[in-house]
Amino acid sequence: MSDLASIVDLVAPVAGSGIRLSVPLLFACLAGLWSERSGVVDIGLEGKMLAAAFAAGAGAAAFHSPWAGLLAGIVVSVALALVHGFAAITQRGNQIVSGVAVNFLAAGLTVLLGQVWYGQGGRTPQLANSERFLGVDLGTLGIDPSSALGQIWSDVVSGHNVLTWCAFLAVPITWAVLWRTRFGLRLRAVGDNPQAVDTAGVSVAGLRYRAVIVCGVLAGFAGTYLAVAQSAGFVRDMTAGKGFIALAALVFAKWKPLNALGACLLFGMLDAVAIRLQGTPLPGIGTVPVQVFQALPYALTVVLLAGFIGRSIPPKASGIPYTKDR
Amino acid sequence: MRKTTFGLAAIAAVIAAPALAADIQPAILYDLGGKFDKSFNEAAYVGAEKFKKETGVDYRDFEIQNDAQREQALRNFARRGASPIVAIGFTQASSVEKVAKEFPDLKFAIVDMVVDLPNVRSIVFKEQEGSYLVGVLAAMASKTHKVGFVGGMDIPLIRKFACGYVGGVKSVDAKAEVFQNMTGTTGAAWNDPVKGGELAKSQIDRGADVVYHAAGGTGLGVLQAAADAGKLGIGVDSNQNHLHPGKVLTSMTKRVDTAIYDAFKDAKDGKWSTGVRVLGLKEAGVGWALDAHNKALITAEMKAAVDKAEKGIIDGSIKVHDYMADKTCPY
Repeated sequence: MSDLASIVDLVAPVAGSGIRLSVPLLFACLAGLWSERSGVVDIGLEGKMLAAAFAAGAGAAAFHSPWAGLLAGIVVSVALALVHGFAAITQRGNQIVSGVAVNFLAAGLTVLLGQVWYGQGGRTPQLANSERFLGVDLGTLGIDPSSALGQIWSDVVSGHNVLTWCAFLAVPITWAVLWRTRFGLRLRAVGDNPQAVDTAGVSVAGLRYRAVIVCGVLAGFAGTYLAVAQSAGFVRDMTAGKGFIALAALVFAKWKPLNALGACLLFGMLDAVAIRLQGTPLPGIGTVPVQVFQALPYALTVVLLAGFIGRSIPPKASGIPYTKDR
Repeated sequence: MRKTTFGLAAIAAVIAAPALAADIQPAILYDLGGKFDKSFNEAAYVGAEKFKKETGVDYRDFEIQNDAQREQALRNFARRGASPIVAIGFTQASSVEKVAKEFPDLKFAIVDMVVDLPNVRSIVFKEQEGSYLVGVLAAMASKTHKVGFVGGMDIPLIRKFACGYVGGVKSVDAKAEVFQNMTGTTGAAWNDPVKGGELAKSQIDRGADVVYHAAGGTGLGVLQAAADAGKLGIGVDSNQNHLHPGKVLTSMTKRVDTAIYDAFKDAKDGKWSTGVRVLGLKEAGVGWALDAHNKALITAEMKAAVDKAEKGIIDGSIKVHDYMADKTCPY
């Protein structure tokens, strides 16, 4: 029993930290899933998250409410998604180029606007607790808090903020909509065989625009989580490559929502383990240099992608603009 | 005759005015954390602003966006004849060395690193002494006998902070446990508050109830996480007590502001000197912050202990180990 208790003591806080770290990845990964399932490759997830984080930080500070921040984050992210959509769907431009442009635009504009508005080096004002999404303690539910189960409950399940619950809810919703509704069937079809959808008399552009808007909403949630829930304000480049890691997770997950949940949790957990094991001597090995643990998530990603998940095939028409007369 | 004198005086004044204004054109180059990191770089900004306010002499400044810009920015300042040019942060050393050699007539200064050239003033601090003092306070404030340290980039300079801190903690409570984490190994580690917050949370989960950071912008996440968890944080470089009143035990102040002010002022008054300047407790280059925001957290007993330690360090009876000297920490 004491062995079990000490293992739980070690693992439960790491698992809780892993969940916190995987939430932005999960939102972004699902955002990419919606977009790419409809045939629009979205390399601009990073930029949308960053712009949303900035808008959320500024919105929450201006209206003293995290919900205002969330709304601002979603609006800005959807606006950028529509820019990308306009270039990729209506203008049939190169989707990679347009996505990269969104990334550059967000990276530059957030810092510039932040500097002009607040004069704090691109930072938004620090948010008070009433302006943030704080963790909600679910209580003990009659489970003895000193028992192993009680500790797992309090460290892993309880104490998360409302956006974390939204992220985990978004997985079954995405699955249900894309795989169990007529809209979802058409949306997936438009990413695999847009000609067929067009022949059936359904608008390819209309479906793709709707997918891109959902992508924007989810990326808005991801950015808001970073600025208003996990931290207390926007900081320059705060996404730190999470949009690209989410894209890797999407490939890794073979464009399926439940796999995406697994991939994002794995990446989040690896990050949490890296943080926890840093500077801790391991039995039989001694203290391992910080760098080893920092490289671990990336090394594992490469290894797993190289050999362990089998072939990962994207939707057939993803990245290809649709032209009727071809 | 009188008219001519006036005329001459007027001409002289017109000629002299731009000449005076031109004789000092200070410039300052911030490190990656950015001018308003509420910490290290911001302290430099405060010093430069103070100089501008007192003397009316304006200065140029630049915030780099990536490593490649350091040399470019320094050379740009130098070509326009700016002098003294002050570079903030140890990462600027190689660029300062290169550019200072190219412009031997201009005055350069660097903070946190030694560049051995005849036209460079190197300003370094005894961070271990200030860290020792906040370590004493941390150990006395801790109820769990466990305290934490979160560093920015994993470099000897930051290990120097950590080592002094451990020394201070152990001087009060020999059995206390100190958790140490570094945020990363690149410049990005100075600006990653999310990671900083997670590191602090992981230390708090292990029982730490006071967490000291030496991580620039990353540290904002550390202080936030400590405040969110109802624990205490310790600020660094600038006085950060006001960020979370009542939740920041104290701040290890590093008077980068005074160093910058002095550099500009010396250049203006013709008292410029080069070589290495080491600023410790004795020179009031480092210290700890006590103000209205943390008054309630510092008991009379703690104040007495830290004052005693301060006196001991200044008179030499307490020797704080310098990690940079031999790359080990004996505590």
